[in-house]
Amino acid sequence: MDEMDIPTSAASPGGPRAKAAARPGDRIFLGLSRGSGILLLVIMAAIAVFLTVRAAHALAQDHGNFLTTFEWNANTDPPVFGIAVLAFGTVVSSLLAMLLAVPVALGIALFISHYAPRKLAAPLSYVIDLLAAVPSIVYGLWGALFLVPHLGGLYAWLDEYLGWTGILAYHNGAPRSLFTIGILLAIMILPIVTSVSREVFRQVPKMHEEAALALGATRWEVVRMAVLPFGRSGVISASMLGLGRALGETMAVATVLSPSFLISTSLLDPGGGTFAQNIASSFKESGDTGKDALIASGLVLFVLTLLVNGAARMIIARRKEYTA
Amino acid sequence: MSDLTLGRRAPAGAVPPSTTLRRPRLPRWAPAALAGLSAAVACGIGLGAGLSSRFQWGLIAAALFVALTYGLTARVEGLRQAKDRLATSLVWTCFLVAVVPLVSLVQETIARGVKVLDGGFLSHSMAGVLTIQPGGGVYHAIIGTLEQVGLATAIAAPVGLLTAVYLVEYGRGRLAKAVTFFVDVMTGVPSIVAGLFVLSFWIIMLDFGYSGFAGAMALAILMMPVVVRSTEEMLKLVPNELREASLALGVPKWRTILKVVLPTAIGGIATGVMLAVARVAGETAPIVLLVFGSQVINNNPFDGAQSSLPYYIYEQWAAGNDASYDRAWAAALVLIAFVMILNLVARGIARWKAPKGGRG
Repeated sequence: MDEMDIPTSAASPGGPRAKAAARPGDRIFLGLSRGSGILLLVIMAAIAVFLTVRAAHALAQDHGNFLTTFEWNANTDPPVFGIAVLAFGTVVSSLLAMLLAVPVALGIALFISHYAPRKLAAPLSYVIDLLAAVPSIVYGLWGALFLVPHLGGLYAWLDEYLGWTGILAYHNGAPRSLFTIGILLAIMILPIVTSVSREVFRQVPKMHEEAALALGATRWEVVRMAVLPFGRSGVISASMLGLGRALGETMAVATVLSPSFLISTSLLDPGGGTFAQNIASSFKESGDTGKDALIASGLVLFVLTLLVNGAARMIIARRKEYTA
Repeated sequence: MSDLTLGRRAPAGAVPPSTTLRRPRLPRWAPAALAGLSAAVACGIGLGAGLSSRFQWGLIAAALFVALTYGLTARVEGLRQAKDRLATSLVWTCFLVAVVPLVSLVQETIARGVKVLDGGFLSHSMAGVLTIQPGGGVYHAIIGTLEQVGLATAIAAPVGLLTAVYLVEYGRGRLAKAVTFFVDVMTGVPSIVAGLFVLSFWIIMLDFGYSGFAGAMALAILMMPVVVRSTEEMLKLVPNELREASLALGVPKWRTILKVVLPTAIGGIATGVMLAVARVAGETAPIVLLVFGSQVINNNPFDGAQSSLPYYIYEQWAAGNDASYDRAWAAALVLIAFVMILNLVARGIARWKAPKGGRG
């Protein structure tokens, strides 16, 4: 049936659906449940519409260029603000998080699905699922009060050997930098990337693996020839889901980063900002225009996460059709 | 690969086959020994060179372990085995690298949290307590969290449940496809964006003040897709025979759903809702935008600013002194305990009430 299942229209003759649908109770129930589905769509549409309206307000009053200005003075008269620094910080820290997290998450997923002793694997995947539930503010607190004081030595070390690249130069100061954010976000998205990849690796047909083993392959060769090719699209979409999480993460960034409206070539030096962090940190000092400006930056973030998540879902959906 | 074991076939009888078919192998305890050795050497280097950060020690140990394993296996067992061992040691290293920060997070929270956590902390608010003073507590924040999350659940659970029923029991056309897709997309909406939406709609446009209810609406938006997704999975597990049997007896479809399908899946549905509650209980960003935070007890979520546990942690962290850090850690411990208990109970229900699959 391609048509929507409308209760009043006669469905296939003899189907229980057609008879049952005529009752008033059925109509009410269908109306309620379909209404909820529609409500979800309406909410999504409303999010887009309301954010756009407020953002348009803000853009009309902006005396800078919204895309290229390196300042955020939305409460002065005239207001001048732009998202260049925020966009840079958001994208760089999230990509960094993805780069750090995905290989490790792959390792853990393989560990759980193919390497760990069975007694360790089950509790471990349980623990990973529990860790996904740790609130982001707790990660933020841990990052600010534990991770930051411990990273100074590592950064000085990186600076000594890799400082010539410019990207990894480190001048003194508390390491509340984009790189630290990247590490923290990587730890935070590890559970989700791991659990999605793990599920994909578990679905690898046993026959493929046994065939490889029968040909004399070592365990690594089995993984490389049977497991990884099968799970590739799943892993890609898992990393994009992780990226989407990292892009929108607010509190962990707001507690750890020391924000500034400068783009520094070095990732280790403090400074920079992200969309979500800027909204949370400067909300309380914002007047009406300031709030509109924050909503405008929130709209950009919304579109960004929408694109990333949509792409991830498309990949998963395509794969489902392919394997089904 | 010239060193394939089966490739070098010695003339039968000349040498016992066991020596020709087998290449020398490292003993079983070799990886463990190598791990211990590289850890010891890394500690030596760290102490000797005076490296202050333990991260460096760990990185050196990991690199040493991987390199040693590869080198030794390549010498003794050959290149293919060496690659295999390299992969194994990398996977184990990944596991350790991931476990260390997570263990540290839990350990820090517990160690620093128990300092001020006692009955007084749980039963007092911050009214009249300066942030630099020790004392005060989280009672107002717990009230806020419970009310906001409760309201959010009251909004999101019915909507999510009915949507899932629609998708599984009725939905077939374009609308159902659109709903499925947007539920997925909605899962990825950042919490701060949900907060901004309610801000622009409820507070800026309709001109209501900050309140717990405004926060609850944002939390409900974050909960809905989680509830839909998990309920959908559970309803799909209900065997079709049950529906058919009920319909064949002349029971209307809506009563079949209410009396047969939902009760069968109720355990899983409860689990899904509780996991969604656990997820939003830790959300801070919408609370910052919509509930505004408060130092005193406000029992009315529909009027005036409230606090909440995650917001309280943020506020105490921002105050930036030893007494407030202690309170922040203690509140973090309370929050983690709350979330973990919800999780454990939810998973317990799932195991206890798992739908028994049909036999066909």
